[in-house]
Amino acid sequence: MTALQEKPKAVAPQGPPPRRRGKRATALAGTDKLVLGLMLGIPTIVHLLFVWIPTLGSVALSFSRWNGIGGFEDIEWIGVSNYVEIFTEYPRFWPAVQHNLIWLAFLLIVPTCAGLLLAVLLDREIKFSRIYQSALYMPMVLSLALIGFIWQLIYTPDGGLLNSLLGLSDKPVDWIGDSDINLYAVLVAAAWRHTGYIMLLYLAGLKGVDPSLKEAASLDGASATQTFFLVTFPVMKPVNIVVAVVTVIEALRAFDIVYVINKGRNGLELLSVLVTDNIIGEASRIGRGSAVAVILLTISLGVIIPYLYQTFSKENRS
Amino acid sequence: MTATLERPSVPAVKKRTVTPARVALHTFLILTCLMTLAPLLWAVYASLRTYEDTSVNGYFSIAKSLTLENFAKAWDIGDLPHFYWNTFLITVPALIITLLLSSMVAFGVSRFSFKFNLLLLMIFTAGNLLPQQVIVTPLWRLYRLIEVPEWISDSGSLIDSPIGVVLIHIAFQSGFCTFVLSNYMKTIPYELTEAARVDGASVFRQYWQLTLPLCRPVLAALATLEFTWIYNDFLWALVLIQDGDKMPVTSALQNLKGTFFTDNNLIAAGSLLVALPTLVVFFVLQRQFVGGLTLGSTKG
Repeated sequence: MTALQEKPKAVAPQGPPPRRRGKRATALAGTDKLVLGLMLGIPTIVHLLFVWIPTLGSVALSFSRWNGIGGFEDIEWIGVSNYVEIFTEYPRFWPAVQHNLIWLAFLLIVPTCAGLLLAVLLDREIKFSRIYQSALYMPMVLSLALIGFIWQLIYTPDGGLLNSLLGLSDKPVDWIGDSDINLYAVLVAAAWRHTGYIMLLYLAGLKGVDPSLKEAASLDGASATQTFFLVTFPVMKPVNIVVAVVTVIEALRAFDIVYVINKGRNGLELLSVLVTDNIIGEASRIGRGSAVAVILLTISLGVIIPYLYQTFSKENRS
Repeated sequence: MTATLERPSVPAVKKRTVTPARVALHTFLILTCLMTLAPLLWAVYASLRTYEDTSVNGYFSIAKSLTLENFAKAWDIGDLPHFYWNTFLITVPALIITLLLSSMVAFGVSRFSFKFNLLLLMIFTAGNLLPQQVIVTPLWRLYRLIEVPEWISDSGSLIDSPIGVVLIHIAFQSGFCTFVLSNYMKTIPYELTEAARVDGASVFRQYWQLTLPLCRPVLAALATLEFTWIYNDFLWALVLIQDGDKMPVTSALQNLKGTFFTDNNLIAAGSLLVALPTLVVFFVLQRQFVGGLTLGSTKG
């Protein structure tokens, strides 16, 4: 707390009378310091205790064998065996990795392109723009768990919308039950919700692009398409980074929708499911679950750290 | 570029803008919007039909009659009022305390400069981006470890207690809120708090009476956003509450599924009832909702 001092400007021109050295040299009085300390301290402790300590806990437990029920004395430290087992023996791991990667690729391609396209189309003076935007944003307020329920009405083999529309009522496709296609069926539903968010981010990004840049480009003879890909899109780099971060994190977090549909089995295995199965599912291997969690953590830090860097290095300059 | 020039033009001139390209654009947008709304409209349609009707004629047919019966049934069988109340007990305290705590941190880091300012902000921002599964296992164990008096939680620990869920929402969501609020507070001129300080206002008054009222728009946006996020939470409640009776309404949908196993119409009605509060918030406070998300992505 001794580092406490207000922004340089705080020394007002008409400033207070010269102060004595020592305690008074800081700009804040004792009670103020205490209040400020509590204002910063309490939320930080809550955040650290419930978010970062458990994160470290996952790292520690990933080197252990434990059923999670007994006391801490039951923890057996086994080094990297969990990781070795996961990579070499655990049958659900590689399918889950593959599904998460497909999830990520799908979200990076379909909703991102669709969201960008819609944002470009709506980022101009057209009639009913607000109504279009409302409709496209709407899925965002629904939880993925709920989306799982709503989309089952479309995919269900007995009289579902999709089979009826495709004329497959006689030989219905089991969109959810068939492990070859259910991942994609679920992804369409997830993308349905994600597109609105991407569109929102790009709409905000497009509004932030300096119009004179586009004007200059078109004066130089660039076509609208050229202007977009060579000027507008690169200028939106910060938004592109946010979109990338949001999408990667969303792909890693994916859980609710598959859990609602079939508890993440039969073609819908995801890393998140492998973690939670150890506490609410059949498996009760805290160590192995934690090791999967650490793998999730590592991947997510791969995008979180660059994001922090880009966000806060800008901060330092300003 | 021409589109921006059209705006001030008088209605008479507008006729010129009806070009084939415009028509194509609107057709495309209308179709996209209809496709976006279709799953929800389909759920509404299914929810209004009787089980007898759809089991005989299939879902892809003209309804013989429309009825609200399914909603009444879902309401009763699913015991929805009870689960709504559970959600209320979690969402409201979590929302208020999250905003309170994050605005305090944001105030601290944006109005004063410490050595660890940036670090603090980074911890909060990074924390909100972590996948929940990274935290959930040790948290679940930690909750069983933390003993609380029985009048707070009848399980004797934070497991199975709304307070436990409220706490993790606060801890987790304060990351995002702190980030957004601190960005916003940085745009408030320093001279304001400075003047107040010279007038002898305490740090708390600078926060409570000066800074917070200025943050009303962003607080409203965050409140809207956080309401839908906390309301929609599925994972925390699923893991941290084991007694099905204490589940919030979103996770309780899982219970409904078993109950209504074959009756999709009933599931549709139940889903819509659960979605209703967030849909109402969205349609009434859409500006705040969108504004909150935008603030989170761009620097204020």
